[in-house]
Amino acid sequence: MRAALAGDEAAYGRLLRELTPFLRTIARSGLARAGRGTAEAEDIVQEVLIAVHTKRTSWIPTEPLVPWLRAITKHKLIDHLRRRGGTGHVDIDDLAEVIASPSEEPGIATRDVVKLAEGLPSGQKAVIHAMFVDGHDTKGTAAALSMSEGAVRVALHRGLAGLAKMLRGTV
Amino acid sequence: MKTDDLIASLSRDAAATGPDVHRRLALAFLAAAAAAGAVMLPTLGIRPDIAAASTGMLFPLKILAVATLAVGAMALVRAAARPEADLPRGVLVVPVVVLLVALGHEVATQVPANLSARMIGRYWGVCLIAIPLLGLIPLAAILGAMRAAAPRHAARAGALAGFAAGAIAATAYGLHCTDDSPLFVIVWYGTAIALLASLGALLGRRLLAW
Repeated sequence: MRAALAGDEAAYGRLLRELTPFLRTIARSGLARAGRGTAEAEDIVQEVLIAVHTKRTSWIPTEPLVPWLRAITKHKLIDHLRRRGGTGHVDIDDLAEVIASPSEEPGIATRDVVKLAEGLPSGQKAVIHAMFVDGHDTKGTAAALSMSEGAVRVALHRGLAGLAKMLRGTV
Repeated sequence: MKTDDLIASLSRDAAATGPDVHRRLALAFLAAAAAAGAVMLPTLGIRPDIAAASTGMLFPLKILAVATLAVGAMALVRAAARPEADLPRGVLVVPVVVLLVALGHEVATQVPANLSARMIGRYWGVCLIAIPLLGLIPLAAILGAMRAAAPRHAARAGALAGFAAGAIAATAYGLHCTDDSPLFVIVWYGTAIALLASLGALLGRRLLAW
């Protein structure tokens, strides 16, 4: 995390990849405790990763990382359960009928960050699309969109901040 | 989208970082104190009898109470900025004790009939307007730094930011104000600081949620 905060992309990517199983475990157990299926766990993992990213300067480098991560995950988990109408203590019997009827709207079931990106300004959308869908790196994206690498970074950063805001706001 | 793709994308954004939130807050607190002083000095000015007042009991106790309140509030803001930290409520013991000592002095030296007049004081209206105004730039500076924070409760973090801004403003205003009774300080300084804390809570709900 220290190397990542100093701007080391490789170290940051490695850290996020290593964290993901840990986040998944917390997300699953949180969902299970709320009496929910674990199908939404991946949504939460992604929301937590984005929060870890946008809020990474709220970790103080002299403090241990795990309590901070746990707190970020808990916040996003509660946020997620609240937005999806979970109260934290749901009796499974009360939900039996609801679960039986396929009432979930398709947009909610397959909430997709790339879809969300449609709401971003066109420059940011193009950068997110080039990186997420086409799999370009910064250099490739810059070449494909004939932008400078710096401009790509700025657009990516703003785009991710915008996505984080939308994830908060939607559903 | 696959989680791996998200990670790849996030890691490419690794460079766009900055100082940690405690460093940002340290700068914001310095800016807040400087701004409160810089606005107070040319407009209100330090009370002309400060040398005489400093030899008494109540003026130094008043400044000590609001200054330690500001320090305590800043410690609370620092903690609220981190999602995993609990609020160190003990930091408010010092200003409370100072105010209690001042209250003891007040009751011991004043006849009871005087106390209500001393509570209302002379310039309570100025106090109620000046402290919130002096606190606006500090509040903006602290909330600005808190944008990097991940507070557990956005409104509470905003209220604490307003509390700190108010206590900083109150310390600056205290050097101008000639109402030194702890009764006055508790009622009017307290109300003025509470106004800023409410404003901070309203702004925090919008600005600090994540």
